[in-house]
Amino acid sequence: MNTRATESPGFRQAVESLAPRIRLMLQTAREVVKRPSALAGGILLLLILMASVSFPFLYHTDPLAQDLMARFTPPVWQSGGTWRHLLGTDNLGRDVLSRLLYGSRVSLLVGFTAVFVAELVGIVLGLISGYYGGKIDSFIMRIADIFMAYPFMLLTISVIAVLGPSILNLILVLGISDWVTYARTIRGSVLSLKRKEFVEASRAIGTHNIIIIMRHILPNVISPLLVLGTLRVANIIIWESGLSYLGMGAPPPMPTWGRMLAEGRVYIADAWWLVTLPGLAIMFTILSINLLGDGLRDALDPRLINL
Amino acid sequence: MSNLLEVYKLSKYFPVRSGLFNRKKKYVYAVDEISFSVGNHETLGLVGESGCGKSTASRTILNLLTPTSGEVWFQGKNMFEIHPRERRKLRQGIQIIFQDPFGSLNPRLTVERIVAEPLLTHGIGDRISRKQEVEKTISEVGLLPEHMKRFPHEFSGGQRQRIMLARALILKPRLIIADEPVSALDVSVQAKMLNLMLRLQKQFELSYIFVSHDLGVIRHVSYKVAVMYLGEIVELAPVKSLYATPLHPYTRSLLSSVPIPDPHKKNRKKVILQGDVPSPRNPPPGCRFHTRCPECMDICTQKKPPARQIEDGHIVSCHLHSAGEIWSPPAPDR
Repeated sequence: MNTRATESPGFRQAVESLAPRIRLMLQTAREVVKRPSALAGGILLLLILMASVSFPFLYHTDPLAQDLMARFTPPVWQSGGTWRHLLGTDNLGRDVLSRLLYGSRVSLLVGFTAVFVAELVGIVLGLISGYYGGKIDSFIMRIADIFMAYPFMLLTISVIAVLGPSILNLILVLGISDWVTYARTIRGSVLSLKRKEFVEASRAIGTHNIIIIMRHILPNVISPLLVLGTLRVANIIIWESGLSYLGMGAPPPMPTWGRMLAEGRVYIADAWWLVTLPGLAIMFTILSINLLGDGLRDALDPRLINL
Repeated sequence: MSNLLEVYKLSKYFPVRSGLFNRKKKYVYAVDEISFSVGNHETLGLVGESGCGKSTASRTILNLLTPTSGEVWFQGKNMFEIHPRERRKLRQGIQIIFQDPFGSLNPRLTVERIVAEPLLTHGIGDRISRKQEVEKTISEVGLLPEHMKRFPHEFSGGQRQRIMLARALILKPRLIIADEPVSALDVSVQAKMLNLMLRLQKQFELSYIFVSHDLGVIRHVSYKVAVMYLGEIVELAPVKSLYATPLHPYTRSLLSSVPIPDPHKKNRKKVILQGDVPSPRNPPPGCRFHTRCPECMDICTQKKPPARQIEDGHIVSCHLHSAGEIWSPPAPDR
């Protein structure tokens, strides 16, 4: 290792100035762990994430491989089920478990990145709107009103119809149509925060507005947004499933939970596992995210940890 | 030699729109043509009821609020006319301390970063020298070096005010505007804070503008006192003269409301004011105090009393004292 860097006073300074921050993060983590429901949600989400990342190494079945001789194989515990297909096969004989695991990648990827895009746009616009106020504020908020007034599904469907279905388009459309929630939330917090005396004190010594926003405003408004973000991930996953169900999601033949639902719907009377299993996957993923988000909200609530 | 700070006919009106389509424009006369000066190493006490414009005045002096009219001269320079870059430099010499020790510190920054922020903003020193400077300054205000790594919620109200004071001191200012710095503190902590401020004043040759509604505190720290009522200064006098012979009926009633910790003196005459302070949106004509004045005369309801100098440096705006010569604030040297 480079020992000279660790010995320089600048490095030590940097480590020392980080220490209180790490202490605060650990404190938050402890608060999350103290809550059983949040812990359960966190563990469940972690399992889902691990499964979706590691399945190609553990479960060697191609989600796209068709086996027309083995159509509608039921799950292994039902009569007629085989160990070759743990959760059975669909109408084209494709392995349901493999498709579920592969579909989790699409759902989680779209869910988290779309929320990231939405947060980025929402935070920037919300900060500007709340801090500067006046005409800029009115302008941004009227645009937000337009977005709110426009039916969300109609917007996404028309954009996807024009741009064509792809993962990237999906992320952008879902992200950009969801920024309003964040912008409004953050604007409200900024409005009350910018009247605080520490903001005024910083202005009094002549600090630049952008530095005030980054140093004094953003760190104090970000935690409710992180919580909101985790909760919105669940919404985005549902929307993605809905769009996939309508054929507007990820392009075929990529398996997604929404498409599995849509395709399995036809066979609901004969092959219950085709709709039930992706439905359960969506439900448990959303449940785990919501539990974690709720726990995070409680843990970050300043009234509870006396911040 | 000119004074450190000269405030000349400073006004701040807040526009209030009303009526159909916001056509009628009215004003809240928060601060109306106040003038005073603060010399080197002096403390000016600014006293008045809540809502009389004390805080607005201190924020307007700092240009945190844009003044409607008037001038502020600091170290012989007009703060509102000089180049912004020069003003920024000059402003290092004026610092402010706020009232609320819980709202004035960012809960997510360590004490070190809070106190170092003025240095950072003005680009003074590097990381190491700034840290040393912070360490030195917080020990001046009676905090320990290990407090630097802590967050504001780990401190009491008095300690927080000390942190604010350290932050104000770190740029080595000439003038500190203290906006009710002790009114949120317990009485015992107040005394410690006041004595600390007085000690620092001696040590660093500071001037203070000390805003308070507490006449006892003002008497303890001030050199001169300005009494404000509804946005105007009604009496301005050296502290001894003001407390010995208050001239304005408002000042008298304020002073008589201060409790005296001596049971034998409990029969002193009290001047108790009737009613509330009129709205600064619609100040009464003539003398602004006439609606509540126990010695109101006919002229008071019609004519605004001019400021008169009764004794040397003792200035009052009241028709009861028509003997003195009419006083107008000396225009700052140009």
